[in-house]
Amino acid sequence: MSGPESHVAHALAPVATPLALGAQPAHPARSASAFEAARLALRRDLQLAFRKRSQLVQPLAFFAMVTLLFPLAISPELSRLRELAPGVLWVGALLASLLALEFLFRDDAHDGTLEQYALSGQSLTALIFAKTLAHWLLTGLPLALMAPLAALSLGVGVAAVPGIVAAVAVGSVTLSLIGSIGGALTLGIKRSGALLSLLTLPLSLPVLIFGARATQLAIHGTPFLAPLELLGALAVFAITLAPLAAAAAVRISLE
Amino acid sequence: MLDQTLEVENLHLWRGEHHVLRGVQFALARGACLEVCGANGSGKTTLLRTLCGLIYPEEGRVLWNGENVRRDLRAFHAALAYLGHEPPLKSDLTARENLHYWIGIRRQLAAEELSGALARVGALAFCERQVRTLSAGQRRRVALAGIALLAVPLWLLDEPVTNLDAEGRDLVAELICEQLARGGMVVAAVHHGLPPSVRNVTRLELAA
Repeated sequence: MSGPESHVAHALAPVATPLALGAQPAHPARSASAFEAARLALRRDLQLAFRKRSQLVQPLAFFAMVTLLFPLAISPELSRLRELAPGVLWVGALLASLLALEFLFRDDAHDGTLEQYALSGQSLTALIFAKTLAHWLLTGLPLALMAPLAALSLGVGVAAVPGIVAAVAVGSVTLSLIGSIGGALTLGIKRSGALLSLLTLPLSLPVLIFGARATQLAIHGTPFLAPLELLGALAVFAITLAPLAAAAAVRISLE
Repeated sequence: MLDQTLEVENLHLWRGEHHVLRGVQFALARGACLEVCGANGSGKTTLLRTLCGLIYPEEGRVLWNGENVRRDLRAFHAALAYLGHEPPLKSDLTARENLHYWIGIRRQLAAEELSGALARVGALAFCERQVRTLSAGQRRRVALAGIALLAVPLWLLDEPVTNLDAEGRDLVAELICEQLARGGMVVAAVHHGLPPSVRNVTRLELAA
């Protein structure tokens, strides 16, 4: 398109001159593979996130505040805090990831990026999955890395750290994916926050239950693999189905 | 690119009680341009969005090379470039980064090709600035470079000359002429009509 040969023919009446074919580029552009497209979509979201860090920090700050305020509100007694720690950690993580969900599609819907994704000729499912993966890398993973710090401040021993990180990391995958469906469905709605939580929270309950259970077992130093495996199963289930549903929801919202 | 046609048969669309598209039909062959005119609210944007498959029409169909686009929407999308009211650019990325991602998702793109297209629309001087610092006209130029870079046979442009100065309007006309000369097709929704230098234009008037 930008080659020198394309600058010539605009004075000619195109239909009368089938020879204008000669102005076509010799090698038509090769389309990008679905993998390449998804990789670029992922990189774009990561780069954008680092350009506006406040969005990145907000859910993490929320999580830190919730978990640090609990000892002040309940009691500084470590044995009691330790009992409450799984619940505090998971409710905090769930609400923090909900807070971050608002940013998942909002800007892209607003500036027409989602429209271009839907019209790209690439698999919208793959692009939405890439976006969700970026979202998890930017919220779920940092939450998983922060959870041990919060747990230590609640009097949990260092031995429980691996279990807590694993549970939050795996559980937040499912939370991001469920959130992508909710976020896509509420795209066209102005103040979608309340509706979004109404849609996603009931679906998130299994993650909350098994996640808190795995954390509790890890804190008591007992084997926590069973609930962790259930969390993993939930994550696999969500990875296979949620992007399809979210892509369909995006299509509906764009209409 | 042989024998490409875009045909639209008897398109009807309601928005609530409002009958927006009332039996729109036209056919477009290689190298032909359709300008869609009409007052505000006459359904120009709706027609473009229906053509590219974002909106389902209640009645009628869109045929690409004689085949209903609904049968293989992705193949049809791979052949079209759509530019809406707002340029699909991220305000926190630079103009060059924006095109790198937007176009790269659809086709393989060399850096020189990208620079060439930016130079073509006169955007080379500001392509390393974040889009938030660009004027509406500059953004539109960047978006036009993107449309040109996609190198697809069908362009659907919604008000392509909005916010552009006289020079910019000439640029749009030139880009459209090049696209037509290459055997491509253009459907442009324009409030005031396309510049007269664009030839082989059919006019479609939408009544409000």
